[in-house]
Amino acid sequence: MSGSLLYPAIIKERRIFMPKMDDAQKAAKINSLQEELTALIGAVRIETDSKKKRRLIAKIGEYNRQIDTMKSGKLLSRETKRDLVAYSFIAPNFIGFCVFTLIPIVFAFSLAFMKWDGSNPIKWAGISNFTRLTDDIFFRAALKNTVIYCIGTVPLTMIASLALAIILNQKVIGRGIFRTLSFFPYVASLVAITAVWKMLFHPSKGPINNILLNVLKVPQKNLPQWFTGGLVLLSMILFSVWKYMGYYMVIYLAGLQGISGELYEAASLDGANTWQKFRYVTWPQLSSTTFFVVVMLTINCFKVYDIAIMLAGGGSGELTTSATVLVYYIYQKAFIDWDLGYSSAVAMVLFIMVLAVTIIQFRGQAKRERA
Amino acid sequence: MKSAHKKAVLGKVIVYIILILIAIIMIIPFLWMLSASIKSDREVFQMNPFVWIPENPKISNYKDIWTKIPFVKFVENTVYLTIVVTFLQLLTSSFAAYSFAKLHFRHKNGLFLAYIATIAMPWQVYMVPQFIMMRKMGLNDKLLAIICLQAFSAFGVFMMKQFYEGIPDDLCEAARIDGMSEYRIYAKIMLPLSKPALSTLTIFTFVTTWNDYLGPLIYLKTQEKKTIQLGLKMFISQYSSDYGLIMAGSVLSLVPVLIVFLCLQKYFVEGVAATGLKG
Repeated sequence: MSGSLLYPAIIKERRIFMPKMDDAQKAAKINSLQEELTALIGAVRIETDSKKKRRLIAKIGEYNRQIDTMKSGKLLSRETKRDLVAYSFIAPNFIGFCVFTLIPIVFAFSLAFMKWDGSNPIKWAGISNFTRLTDDIFFRAALKNTVIYCIGTVPLTMIASLALAIILNQKVIGRGIFRTLSFFPYVASLVAITAVWKMLFHPSKGPINNILLNVLKVPQKNLPQWFTGGLVLLSMILFSVWKYMGYYMVIYLAGLQGISGELYEAASLDGANTWQKFRYVTWPQLSSTTFFVVVMLTINCFKVYDIAIMLAGGGSGELTTSATVLVYYIYQKAFIDWDLGYSSAVAMVLFIMVLAVTIIQFRGQAKRERA
Repeated sequence: MKSAHKKAVLGKVIVYIILILIAIIMIIPFLWMLSASIKSDREVFQMNPFVWIPENPKISNYKDIWTKIPFVKFVENTVYLTIVVTFLQLLTSSFAAYSFAKLHFRHKNGLFLAYIATIAMPWQVYMVPQFIMMRKMGLNDKLLAIICLQAFSAFGVFMMKQFYEGIPDDLCEAARIDGMSEYRIYAKIMLPLSKPALSTLTIFTFVTTWNDYLGPLIYLKTQEKKTIQLGLKMFISQYSSDYGLIMAGSVLSLVPVLIVFLCLQKYFVEGVAATGLKG
């Protein structure tokens, strides 16, 4: 915006020193532009290729604008002014976004093909970072755990949140309270609630194992060790479903409220029962919501880090192969080992997986919409 | 007719049973947290008999947590970060979103595409280069780094744009004919109308910034720069058997988020619906 403040001064100066020359020049310029414009209009008439035609029409618009600006004697055309106003709206966010998001993303892509420890000169590494990945046991464990965690969490959370949304979309007493309650876990901080979970599921002292021992008579030695070995992933999955179902419930609620009541009336007239109404009205009507929920869930599952660290990491916050996840490995390789190129290669694997899921979902969604 | 009525009643009963069960599962960890925060370490795991409120509630847990770790400093840092980030996020996103939704200008689609393309990109993919860059800019171990990191998200712009598109263009057109500048249209017409979207974005930003762990973990190294989440985690690993104190700290860390959520939640479902977050 500061630029526009300068222009009036310049214009004034010109008017003082050479007003007549300016006018004559202007008239000549306008004439030549007008000539070019007529030539262009003629060219459009005979042009047959639609692509070229469109380009020519755009050019004509540009010429018209220039001529208008010249005639009105203002330095900035209306369009330029309009653009400047629009950009001034975008600029505060876009500059921050560019510097702190776009540039690092580009940097991340190139870093995956480099060898760098953060202080010495960067070396080109080609695809050697990626070949190293293939026989890295810790990476494979991280990848496997992340995928298992995803496969467990996504469908369970989706089903739980959909069921909850359907129930809470009916006229039940205290609906608002139930909605608020189920959202609590989502807003609560991870550090705090994982601390509670670790106490509730404490292997020897926690109330859950206490109930298993005393009420369900599970023998002492068979009591589950929730946060070590094979059960870690299960605990993480259960915890995530509990924490995130409230959020996706709100999204499903919004989707449910968009379904017209007439559809259900029509189904009732046809004698559909509750299940049939769900199967043939609710579910297909919610397909775009489900698409969104599944994509968001999958992306969020691939990003998992804090949950693993807090549930399974010991005092020092280190993870063993049974609980390690991709983001943990990215973090460790970068900030502990300072192997930045390799860390970025792992990050690329994460990105490619997220991208693949999004594309597959998009395809499926497009197909469903066409059908 | 009668059996249909019976069926309906039975259905209602089942619905309520499920609801109450879910509510219990949702709320028990929180109640347990509250209860444990006023217990001594021995009482926390006492199951037989289990009491919610011990005979001599150990309120001192809530006093000790402030002295055992620099909790005041942590709260200060977190409040500062959260307020600045939320304010910047709301302001810049709604500003940019207005332009994308209601103005016509050159390169609009290209610019918006840049935002869309990064929405599905997890922050974790570029957190390492971002850190290197920030370190070059001298932002390592500064609260400002977290602000830069959180305040300009593509998500906020996208969300606000979706909402603004639902507001009829005629409204802006009429104001333009009356000679209002774009800035005034934004301030006088759009902002007051976008309460549901702003509330939703506030909840999201506030919750994410308040609860963020990995960002502060990477950037904030010195003790007096740490946030509540980092401080609490540090406390948990240092005093892993001071259960009562851990729970008292946890309760304190939850209070502000819950207050913000409860204040704004009446707009929340409406906001999610109107901003097209449902897809």
